[in-house]
Amino acid sequence: MLDEAQQAMAVATPSERAGRDFPRRRPNRLLQLGPAMLLVLLLLGAWEAVVRLGHVATYLIPAPDAIATEFYDGRAVLFSAAWVTLKEVLLGFFAAVALGLGLAVLLHVSAVLRKSLYPLLIGGQNIPVVVIAPIMAILLGFSILPKVIVVALTCFFSVVVNALDGLRSVDPELKRMMKTLHGSRWATFRRIEFPAALPSIFTGVRIAATFAAVGAVFAEWSGSNNGLGFVMLQATPQLETALVFASIVLLAVMAVALFGFVSIVEHLVIPWAFDEKGRT
Amino acid sequence: MSPAGAMTRAGGDGVSGDGIVISGVTRSFGEVTAVRDLALRIALHSRVGVVGPSGCGKSTLVGLIAGLDDPDAGTIEVRGRRVAPERLASCALMPQKDLLLPWRSALDNACLALENRGMSKREAYARVRPMFPKFGLAGFEDRRPSQLSGGMRQRVSFLRTLVAEKEVLLLDEPFGALDSITRATMQQWLREALDREPRTVVLITHDVEEALVVCDEVVVLSERPGRVVERLASDLPGASSRRELVASPEFVALRGRAMAALEC
Repeated sequence: MLDEAQQAMAVATPSERAGRDFPRRRPNRLLQLGPAMLLVLLLLGAWEAVVRLGHVATYLIPAPDAIATEFYDGRAVLFSAAWVTLKEVLLGFFAAVALGLGLAVLLHVSAVLRKSLYPLLIGGQNIPVVVIAPIMAILLGFSILPKVIVVALTCFFSVVVNALDGLRSVDPELKRMMKTLHGSRWATFRRIEFPAALPSIFTGVRIAATFAAVGAVFAEWSGSNNGLGFVMLQATPQLETALVFASIVLLAVMAVALFGFVSIVEHLVIPWAFDEKGRT
Repeated sequence: MSPAGAMTRAGGDGVSGDGIVISGVTRSFGEVTAVRDLALRIALHSRVGVVGPSGCGKSTLVGLIAGLDDPDAGTIEVRGRRVAPERLASCALMPQKDLLLPWRSALDNACLALENRGMSKREAYARVRPMFPKFGLAGFEDRRPSQLSGGMRQRVSFLRTLVAEKEVLLLDEPFGALDSITRATMQQWLREALDREPRTVVLITHDVEEALVVCDEVVVLSERPGRVVERLASDLPGASSRRELVASPEFVALRGRAMAALEC
């Protein structure tokens, strides 16, 4: 046991020195995905087996290998359609993120705007996209614009609500302290509120990423001449079920990729939010 | 009770006069009166510990002095200035939780006040980096708060408060979240740090011993609504370490008086 005076002189106590070597656990993310991958493979195998052994008609449920064949045969149609949908998804998604963040900041800064707009925003969230999409198609026709708008509307709310929530839930004690450290309103926003809100902002953006593809499909169903939603709409009455499934797979890949992209950006922008977990 | 104007530290180092003068201050929040008719005079460069039962308006008092809040009645002067924004210009607040920004390194956290004043990062680093060894933080400049121990986080927090270069430091239960061993080390450390960097200090704490160790005067507040019930000079010379100090008969007697005042 160290004498107290001595301890005070060697200001960093032994337990603190140990802090130098806090283990930085970086589990291999691919390994973490292992169980999920295995489950997917098992399910695919079971699916294939049931369809083959049960002699299920291909137009009802195509086996995975039939879907794979469809991918190859219909690649020209599928990939051009996927490209169209991808453009709608990305444009709508990024527009929603940009506008959503902008609006959240405005609502955060102005109490008047918050009181007047926020209830409308919450109300607006309850109008289903399925209802809005046909109206957009009537108003704006078959161009890409109505689809982008519908995707943006689908994504918008979760971005705004989460961003605003993050901005507003900053510890008030932190803001008090900032005032005593020469902190202006602007300095408090950019050095405290905005960075503190980033984890919450990313949550909203990640949720938006999962909804974007759904919004695009609804928009295409309401009026379009290309895109994965259009392909599905065409293939269904012709009982080309494998093509429908192939479209679904591509939509899922798109959604997962967008989600993954947002997660990677999140890790790069706010690494501190991840090493914080389990320690405060 | 010693007279309200007692100055234990003024004069000796050429600094004298009033740091903080509080007179007749009342502050209520709705039905609750946090402090009533509070009077307190704190000499420039003296260190005053404020102890009291929980909910006696200690934190209200800090907000009032700092100019983050205005009293309903009475006046507060900080270095002769009464208006809230001018009080704010003289005060720096170190809160109970270290409240370090988790996205900033220790060094960036400590530089916060300088950046707020418009100083470039490079300039701020050049100013603050040399202070790290004195605070027992050498080698930890680039660590994020989550990679520091509780005691180190409080030292970064204290450094950040010092760097604001304010005359008055308001320490609101700065070690409240620490374990008792780290706490004892930090009390000794804070004493020495304040010897090197003399400021007018108001230390809010619920720990009588902490107030006696760190400060040269201890003010005991009553239960809500808070007012001053006892004022003790704790300028105990001689003892070099906290342990010696705490064991000395004078210290024990003072602690007894403070505890008695707390209970009445």
